[in-house]
Amino acid sequence: MTPLLEVTGISRRFGGLQAVRDLSLSVAPDEVLGLIGPNGAGKTTAFNLLSGFLAPDRGQIRFAGRSIVGLPPHAICRLGLCRTFQIVRPFPRLSVLDNVRVGALSRRARMEDARARAREVIEQVGLGGKVDHAAGALTLAERKRLELARALATEPRLLLLDEVMAGLNPTEIEAIVALVKRINASGIAILLIEHNMRAVMSLSHRIAVLNFGEKIVEGEPAAVANHPRVIEAYLGEEYVHAPSR
Amino acid sequence: MAVGLTLIFGVMRVVNFAHGDMMVWGMYLAWLLATRAGIDPYVGFVGCAAVLFVTGVIVQRLLVDRIVDAPHEMQILLMLGVALVLENAALVAFGPDPQRVRSPLRAATLWLGPIFVDVARLVTFVLAIVLTFALYLFLQRTDLGRTMRAAADNAYGALVIGADVRRVYAAAFGIGAACVGAAGALVSPILPFQPAGGLSLSVASFNIVIIGGMGSLPGAFLGGLLVSVAESLGAVFLSPSMKELVSFSLLIVILLVRPAGLFGRAPV
Amino acid sequence: MKWLAAAALAVLLALPAVLSSYAVTVFIFIFFYAFLGQAWNIVGGYAGQLSAGHAAFVGLGAYASALLSAEVGLTPWIGMLVGGVLSAALGTVVGYLGFRFGLRGFYFVLLTVAFAEVCRIVALNTDAVGGALGYYITFTGNPRQFQFQDNRVYYYVALGLMLMATLVVAAIERRRFGAYLIAIREDEGACEALGVNTFRYKMLAMVVSSFLTGVGGTFYAFYLFSLQPNAVFGIPLSVEIIIRPIVGGAGTVLGPILGSFILSPLAEVARVYFGQGGWSGVHLIAYGILLIAVVLFLPQGAYPALRRLWARPAAR
Repeated sequence: MTPLLEVTGISRRFGGLQAVRDLSLSVAPDEVLGLIGPNGAGKTTAFNLLSGFLAPDRGQIRFAGRSIVGLPPHAICRLGLCRTFQIVRPFPRLSVLDNVRVGALSRRARMEDARARAREVIEQVGLGGKVDHAAGALTLAERKRLELARALATEPRLLLLDEVMAGLNPTEIEAIVALVKRINASGIAILLIEHNMRAVMSLSHRIAVLNFGEKIVEGEPAAVANHPRVIEAYLGEEYVHAPSR
Repeated sequence: MAVGLTLIFGVMRVVNFAHGDMMVWGMYLAWLLATRAGIDPYVGFVGCAAVLFVTGVIVQRLLVDRIVDAPHEMQILLMLGVALVLENAALVAFGPDPQRVRSPLRAATLWLGPIFVDVARLVTFVLAIVLTFALYLFLQRTDLGRTMRAAADNAYGALVIGADVRRVYAAAFGIGAACVGAAGALVSPILPFQPAGGLSLSVASFNIVIIGGMGSLPGAFLGGLLVSVAESLGAVFLSPSMKELVSFSLLIVILLVRPAGLFGRAPV
Repeated sequence: MKWLAAAALAVLLALPAVLSSYAVTVFIFIFFYAFLGQAWNIVGGYAGQLSAGHAAFVGLGAYASALLSAEVGLTPWIGMLVGGVLSAALGTVVGYLGFRFGLRGFYFVLLTVAFAEVCRIVALNTDAVGGALGYYITFTGNPRQFQFQDNRVYYYVALGLMLMATLVVAAIERRRFGAYLIAIREDEGACEALGVNTFRYKMLAMVVSSFLTGVGGTFYAFYLFSLQPNAVFGIPLSVEIIIRPIVGGAGTVLGPILGSFILSPLAEVARVYFGQGGWSGVHLIAYGILLIAVVLFLPQGAYPALRRLWARPAAR
């Protein structure tokens, strides 16, 4: 089946630093692709390139068959590729409902329709009890759900999740992992940056490993976890063997 | 003058809209000292700097401190409020008419090689360089100075190493204000000043600081030289009343072309 | 809430019958500045793009309609729209330059101030429009020339303008346009990631805001009959425009109106008691202090604070 997202040889440098080097990957319409690598490996830069916040110096990005290089972020979102941010960015003075409604408005021009859709999504992520709370007053775990809800409200076909588990405790992580699985099961492809190995192993159909801006390994979770180059990249860091999908 | 502004921005990330109006007060203070106490501004600038230092610290402690973490709109509005108060207090206290300070040096002139130089301007120029250099030394050599630079680079990190950030902020604002107070005093024999002049001085400061780079001291210094030259050229080729047009047009162009300036860091 | 607004409206409509001419004038200024503040509110309050140069649009609209009326005989009722369009054009330029070049916060403020000052200086130096002496309109009292013998007609025109602008803002707030503007004010980057074309919506806000402000310029011209570049393009006017929404509640429908009702009387009192001679700047000092106080203690303005107070006794 044709990939939903096809990235071919993108590169990006900042002054003297080559942040991403000749990166290629693809995501199928219903899979979860995990993107891992040590800090500074270029993962968030890759996300910025894919979502239009940065332009690649070289290379091609095709989403649903069409090139999205050079498109502004809002256009890419409307095509169905939506991202979340590593450090969550809620609209602090707006309520949870109004936050998510902004996402819904990208698909529904009428305010009532957008509101209704927002409520649905809020229930889906489990924030139903906090609908009218100000986003600024939520806990971190709740803000992560909010970030997810907002992105979901844009009715994406591919969701870019940037370290959505960061800063959460094990119980919260389990809950988010379950939520992400549900989202994927509903037909949305996911590209996931994550440091929590247990979560990555549990969620991903395939995993790509970045180091110094380059992809060094790609494959099934179990294969990747045992790959010597991956172990080398992470040398000195712990990783957890977890059952693959 | 610009050095003060850039110091405040560099350390606190707060833009001081009241900068020009503070300078006007510096000028008026110098005038007061000259007319009431007979102190020449070239000596009295120290007093002006001191008064403005204290004012700066007070403003910072009372007002700015509370909004250091607030959204930028709030900071801008706050300083705008301060500017309004300062400008109109000057208006009320001193009246709207332009003033000048008499200094015995004003009339003196010198031949410096082939160039005919006005002593007053020369002294101002030299003193400005000396003060800037002194400030530079202060920032490089003293503990407080180094702490300020640390706070400018990384406020959180500075907190971690135990720097009293609030004190640093107060000092930065105070010194920034002192600079501008001194600048005002030094310039008072040369330029006529009036309360409404605060805005054009602020604009001039912003012009300089943006060109040189916000938060960079050498940038402010070089920017100052550049902008002065540009404005002088403008005054030569265009009518005097259009000189202001030049500085505003310059500001627009600068804003569009290089908001980060020659040496500066980009705005938050 | 609705009945309260209707009652207030009824009172305002009936007032001229009982007020002295002086009081009517005070109200005219309350309404007029509320109108200008409401127009600014769209781009400054809702979208969060602080423009401190809105006087440029007032001036442009004022000079345009005044000149068209005097030189070409075009009735200001149409000249008003021309002025609005011209101001919208200037607004487009300023907005385009600001937003395309990514000027945020303080840099954008500087840009708007710079444009307003450029307008002021150009007008000061252009003898064709009166230069430093200003441009004067001869009073004819002819309604077709947007001039009225009776102060009270101006009262209703100003009230009408204020209501019109308020309805526009209320309509914006109810729709996607308003929701997007508020979100843009909170976090533009996050908006972009959610499919909001922030550039387009900021521009739209700027255009609407500047158009309305330009229309207001016509009222200014044909109520005051004299256009002085320093007054009509100057910073003090821009301050008058922005302080009402800010004190009353930026980004709310009623904020600018509340702000105007607070500030105009205040300014009037200051002017009456201190207005002679060198004390003419006192009301601006009061503005400055109020601005500082609002930022420190009531950052969202008076209206949201009042609304909270109102809601508390009614809370379950």
